[in-house]
Amino acid sequence: MTRINLTVDGQRVADDVEPRMLLVQYLREKLGKTGTVVGCDTSNCGACTVHLDGRSVKSCNVLAVQADGGEVTTIEGLAGEDGQLHPVQEAFRECHGLQCGYCTPGMIMQTVDLLAENPSPSEEAIRLGLEGNLCRCTGYHNIVRAVQHAAGTTGAAEGASA
Amino acid sequence: MIPAAFEYVAPASVEEALAALAEHGDDAKIIAGGQSLLPVLRMRLNAPEWVIDLGRIASLRGVRDGGDHLAIGAMTTHHDVGQDPMVHEHALLISKAITHLADAQVRHRGTFGGALAHADPAGDLGAPALALDATFVVQGPGGTREIPAADFFVDLFETAISDDEILTEVRVPKYDGWGAAYEKFVRIAHQWPIVAVAATVRLEGDTIAEARIGLTNMGSTPVRARATEQMLAGQPATEEGVAAAAALAADGTTPPSDLNGDADYRRHLATVLTRRAVLAAAGRG
Amino acid sequence: MTATQEPTARAEIGRDRRRKEDQRLITGRTRWTDNITLPGMLHLAMVRSPFPHARITGIETEAAKQSPNVVAVLTGADLGEAQGACINAWPVVPDQVTPAHVPMPSDRVAFAGETVAVVVARSAAEARDAAELVEVDYEELPAALELKESAEAHANGGALAHPDLGTNVSAVWRFDSAEAGTGGDVEAAIAEARENGIVIEREYRQQRLIPAFMEPRSTVVDPTGEQITVWSATQVPHILRFAMAATTGVPESKIRVIAPDVGGGFGGKLQQTPEEMITFAVARRLGKPVKYTETRSESLLAAHHGRDQWQRLTLAATKDGHVTGLKVDLLADLGAYVAIVGGGVPVLGAFMFNAIYKFPAYQFQTTNVLTNKTWTDAYRGAGRPEATFAIERLMDELAAELGKDPLEVREMNWIKHEEFPFTTVAGLEYDSGNYEAATARAKEMFGYDALRAEQAERRSRGDKVQLGIGVSTFTEMCGLAPSRVLGSLNYGAGGWEHAEVRMLATGKVEVVTGASAHGQGHETAFSQIVADRLGVPFEDIEVLHGDTQISHKGLDTYGSRSLVVGGEALVRAADKVIEKARPIAAHLLEASVDDLEFSAGRFAVKGTDQGMAITEIATAVFAAHNLPDGLEPSIDSEATFDPVNFNYPHGTHLCAVEVDTETGQVRLRSYACCDDIGNVINPLIVAGQVHGGLVQGIAQALWEEAVYDDNGTLVTGSFVDYLLPTAADTISFDLDHTTSPATTNSLGTKGVGEAGTIASTPAVVNAVVDALRPYGVHDVAMPCTPERVWRAINSGGSGGETTEAAAPHFDESEGAAQ
Ligand SMILES: Cc1cc2nc3c(=O)[nH]c(=O)nc-3n(C[C@H](O)[C@H](O)[C@H](O)COP(=O)(O)OP(=O)(O)OC[C@H]3O[C@@H](n4cnc5c(N)ncnc54)[C@H](O)[C@@H]3O)c2cc1C
Ligand code: FES
Ligand code: FES
Repeated sequence: MTRINLTVDGQRVADDVEPRMLLVQYLREKLGKTGTVVGCDTSNCGACTVHLDGRSVKSCNVLAVQADGGEVTTIEGLAGEDGQLHPVQEAFRECHGLQCGYCTPGMIMQTVDLLAENPSPSEEAIRLGLEGNLCRCTGYHNIVRAVQHAAGTTGAAEGASA
Repeated sequence: MIPAAFEYVAPASVEEALAALAEHGDDAKIIAGGQSLLPVLRMRLNAPEWVIDLGRIASLRGVRDGGDHLAIGAMTTHHDVGQDPMVHEHALLISKAITHLADAQVRHRGTFGGALAHADPAGDLGAPALALDATFVVQGPGGTREIPAADFFVDLFETAISDDEILTEVRVPKYDGWGAAYEKFVRIAHQWPIVAVAATVRLEGDTIAEARIGLTNMGSTPVRARATEQMLAGQPATEEGVAAAAALAADGTTPPSDLNGDADYRRHLATVLTRRAVLAAAGRG
Repeated sequence: MTATQEPTARAEIGRDRRRKEDQRLITGRTRWTDNITLPGMLHLAMVRSPFPHARITGIETEAAKQSPNVVAVLTGADLGEAQGACINAWPVVPDQVTPAHVPMPSDRVAFAGETVAVVVARSAAEARDAAELVEVDYEELPAALELKESAEAHANGGALAHPDLGTNVSAVWRFDSAEAGTGGDVEAAIAEARENGIVIEREYRQQRLIPAFMEPRSTVVDPTGEQITVWSATQVPHILRFAMAATTGVPESKIRVIAPDVGGGFGGKLQQTPEEMITFAVARRLGKPVKYTETRSESLLAAHHGRDQWQRLTLAATKDGHVTGLKVDLLADLGAYVAIVGGGVPVLGAFMFNAIYKFPAYQFQTTNVLTNKTWTDAYRGAGRPEATFAIERLMDELAAELGKDPLEVREMNWIKHEEFPFTTVAGLEYDSGNYEAATARAKEMFGYDALRAEQAERRSRGDKVQLGIGVSTFTEMCGLAPSRVLGSLNYGAGGWEHAEVRMLATGKVEVVTGASAHGQGHETAFSQIVADRLGVPFEDIEVLHGDTQISHKGLDTYGSRSLVVGGEALVRAADKVIEKARPIAAHLLEASVDDLEFSAGRFAVKGTDQGMAITEIATAVFAAHNLPDGLEPSIDSEATFDPVNFNYPHGTHLCAVEVDTETGQVRLRSYACCDDIGNVINPLIVAGQVHGGLVQGIAQALWEEAVYDDNGTLVTGSFVDYLLPTAADTISFDLDHTTSPATTNSLGTKGVGEAGTIASTPAVVNAVVDALRPYGVHDVAMPCTPERVWRAINSGGSGGETTEAAAPHFDESEGAAQ
């Protein structure tokens, strides 16, 4: 067992963990942060994306011990304390950027990172910026709209009248 | 999904890391960004007893100006190398290759040294490192040694780093004013390349004065397209000038046959991509 | 319509409501099955066969049992009859050959990935550790792997998937229009065309696909209460409960199945799985809650696959291009077992090959074949994408033969809008449609003529990048299904759906549906329907589903049935609420029933300003202080609806691709489609369904393929090799609708869940082939990989087979240290 200390969604936590424990397991199993999910075992799907020290990472591909001392933000820590949604969360709802919602935490976390790096991305930059996140439901069309909407670079969902 | 159990140590210096490596020998595995190692462990294709984490060794991170070369610390992430203005200025080919490497999340964790040490023939950094004649600095119990790129890649997933050594730094000579392009051919975006071509050229007027070309996934290691390079020197930077030389790109290569393409198709791709990469590097793409 | 209000600006139906379910999903407040933990819960790990066909000669579990925190290691022999069985609900012919499907066999495995032992431990990691220690001895048996060879094995001594059955042929199912009296003799039509017309003969491959829903399957079973509670990532909680009870002897009333949040299905979770049955059996045996969550690799390996057919097709036409006959001969790979509706999937296609065209003669035959590969079953579209692909490819081939525009040839042959209702050569009655209108609109959106001009220009210039334009004018049958029709096809269940509307005392409304959502937005769409019908606010409606104790009756979600069947049940239940409330309203308003009008949620006394809201009536009924004599104190209602017909959405899809003739790379350039799905409840949700469907269909055309090697190993066993497209591989789509309301349900809706998938595959392949016609190419096998396209250009044919080896990016041939 190895002792780790980290800050997760603004809260300081400390635990003894097996070195083999993945960050995503730590979040889900130890901290009950089940908003972050697992979709694959080869780190291709991006469903587990969280921010570690301010950058998006696939939490299935980081050991919890590697994150020792770090700061983690998950989908559950994105909204304000008063429940105010993050603009990217709001945009995914507004643009119908999700169906089953399984890829959504990862998509949203990656989008936040993408927009931090490039606040007004082209459609191509959005599509490339999300290449590490798979969605089986939406065909990506409305996910792209949602990112554009959040960036304020256009983007109304197909089928929306407003 | 869950690796087999292992012990973990995160040394604070290269010396401590080397000591740990010496102590645990064959039972230990180095982890850098973990982006290749962790999937291997999770699928239990390997189960080391010890994992030695280089992540806490600050000296291994960052890009330094070494005068006639850039020194890229082994633990510098793909993202940081890709964003580095010095790399863009002096080793444009590397910047170009990194924009195509994996995805944003993987680039935030994966490291320059880790990718090269992993030596996947489909890895995107081997061909640029080879084309640029980079030097690999490794440290072991006997001190430091420098391995030229031409000797570094030994075979599939095998390099000249020995079991008791650590890759600390990659030195890339400066190629100021050289144009560069990385043509990566994939079926879907987040794939490893089926074939990729790393090309960098120096123009004199409209003529290609020098060209350096590395091929990705055209054999068990990255390879240079020497015949093409030689023929290009002195050619006009035009479609016609480049085409004949590019047609030689696959000569002598032994690409794999797999789900994504048979060897003959890969050889063909290498010639097309080489032409495109050279023209793009010459600003004619 | 009995709700008599005129549609007003505030009507919910047709409105682009943002989804109710999203608030939870975008904040991570989700309840996926794998999120559930219970005190003392144990974890399972499966030991799976690496061989496609082998006798199990010994299982050594001792080392695993000694591993830390292991509670039990169980084999098929240990669990015995308690495991129950995996059922086949649709024996397509009376003498179907159906191998017994034991969840965990004890004697013989029939595909690589089949479970042979299960380890139970206190943590998932420890269960996995111990699973690695289970030693299984196998005696390998010859494996039936190649579909065409397997179909002949009984005749030539080839490998049998199940040796004791004596054949791999599970069923031969046939429809012939001459025999059925729905059309002429197809052989005569073909003979005539050989003499005086055109005969197009083709063989197409429907490659094997993997549904690849994003949430891996997971099951939690808690046996500690009076009822055994099963949470499972399933599309079919009701069917699962039935099957568990029917095959284990546990009374149905003692099993509660809950499908909590479910992360996609696409048919892939329409199954009663061995893993669910094993988890159920282990929990009962140990008396403790247990959980099994598969890894993605396990999911790709062992969750059912889809498609996998060979299609031999003969189309007969007159010299001027009028179709005269169609003959379809399929070989369908069922894999190792006949899945719950596995054998029925090709049969679902039987009625759709003739599509929107007026074929005078038609014959369909499918030979369903067992092999030693993962079993196959429904995947988005189930049978209909295969049919649509075949006919839409053939219509393009006919156009090429005639030298005509593919849309012109289609128009010559399709059913004109004034000919509806139209009874097809397959015996179905299409109620409504307008192919002319959808096509005209799609052409306009697409800029058809300009793209054709660009294509001609690129061709004449000899551009290395060629432009291809693909057409698909599809229809499908959906809204499964009229129970009588299912009965006539020998299906084991009905096709009705159930709904209930509960009027709560506080003015809120609970809607219970037997359809079980997993991303389709039922909560939102159903709320819109009820809001309009009952005149209560959208926000005040709560939709409950996916729990057999709450929604006690239902047939779940598949076949684009939720809205057209489930929605209609809901309309009827809501109408019953109004009718039950009416006498109470009259009583309370001291008016005659005949003087009441119901509109916008209120009963009003005609010609007065007196009235009462239905929610107020609900409160009064709850108090029950003042009700008419003899009336029960409830206005809650339920309804079960059995559709009288399928419904038939259709649309015209146009796709432009750019083909790099030097590398064979295909790039999507633009895609426009105009679908007619009848009346639309929520355009936002509809568009989402179409987008997602399009990409799944496009992915079949360009990227996805489940590949096995000669050893029967699934080579595309992870997302590294099974290529799902990303955002960077796809484009934005151009969508529109024409509307011919369905006449067989009161909302006038048609199914939309599968339309995009069904239509897009042939549109894309037609575009690729269209680009390459000048090179003499008339087919490229799916997926149209760059290599295949390149080979088709350079050496003819359709591009060859995929090499059965994966590149080992995460493999390490070196030792422990580098
Ligand atoms: C989804 C996904 C997609 C990817 N796509 C691509 C792609 O398209 N192109 C591409 O090039 N790569 C790709 N990668 C791999 C990625 O580039 C990895 O980051 C890289 O291969 C390994 O770097 P790492 O720092 O993560 O090394 P690790 O995974 O930590 O280590 C890799 C190997 O190198 C050894 N090692 C690491 N550092 C040292 C050192 N300093 N000295 C000695 N030995 C060392 C380790 O022991 C291990 O054997 C992908 C990875 C993932 C997960
Ligand atoms: S679960 Fe982490 S990338 Fe798929
Ligand atoms: S919304 Fe279902 S996977 Fe993206």
